Amino acid sequence: MSTIKMRSKESNGVVTVKALIKHPMETGQRKDKKTGDLIPAHYIQEVHSKANGKDVITIYWGPAVSKNPYLTFKYKGNKGDNLEISWVDNQGNRDSKTSAVK
Amino acid sequence: MNRRNFIKNSMLFAGSLVAIPSLIVSKKAYAAWPKKSFDIKDLTESVSSVYGHSNLEESSKVKLKAPEIAENGAIVPINVSTTLDNVESIMIFVENNPQPLSSGYQLTSLSEPSIGTRLKMGKTSNVMAAVKSGDKVYTSTQEVKVTIGGCGG
Repeated sequence: MSTIKMRSKESNGVVTVKALIKHPMETGQRKDKKTGDLIPAHYIQEVHSKANGKDVITIYWGPAVSKNPYLTFKYKGNKGDNLEISWVDNQGNRDSKTSAVK
Repeated sequence: MNRRNFIKNSMLFAGSLVAIPSLIVSKKAYAAWPKKSFDIKDLTESVSSVYGHSNLEESSKVKLKAPEIAENGAIVPINVSTTLDNVESIMIFVENNPQPLSSGYQLTSLSEPSIGTRLKMGKTSNVMAAVKSGDKVYTSTQEVKVTIGGCGG
């Protein structure tokens, strides 16, 4: 199962993209309630989006972005564009998803 | 190893990467992540580390949409858009968070200057949206009151 849920819609030449990514977004400042140990930081650092292979937006996130982050952006595009969203976190995990613009 | 040492060491490591750029494969996605800017704990320093200066100009053309009161500091919806032309990037700073720089959005010629996300806020703070257009940085600031913090356990 992909960690990325995305929806994109074109209107008057502008595509609005909405995405939800499943990720804990741990800041590294929280303590485990039982053991008192710090929970290691684990958060998405970079999100990248491409439409038909062309760069649309590069996003840098810090630990202050909420758990299971939500993201929306707009770009000049068309129906049927091949839209790719990918992310990489501070532990080197990554995921990506491609879908067609409606 | 304690946290302070860890940060120090990892910054040293980041520094050595900068010193020998030929070793970095530019395709590596996380190589570009501005670690230094995300680590800074002071708003003014954070701003100058992102832009190389701290000459900000308040502008009504930068539209920041944020709640006046956030009941849950763990999820504060923030939207930023602008009518400015040639926007290179949008940054969101939360003054009273442990690290003010929360997120940055690098735009291209394809993208429209309009983004939205959800942030964690530890306590009541000014939220500043900064839009880089040409050589100038335009901002819009709003206070968000937080009743329950989003950084505790």
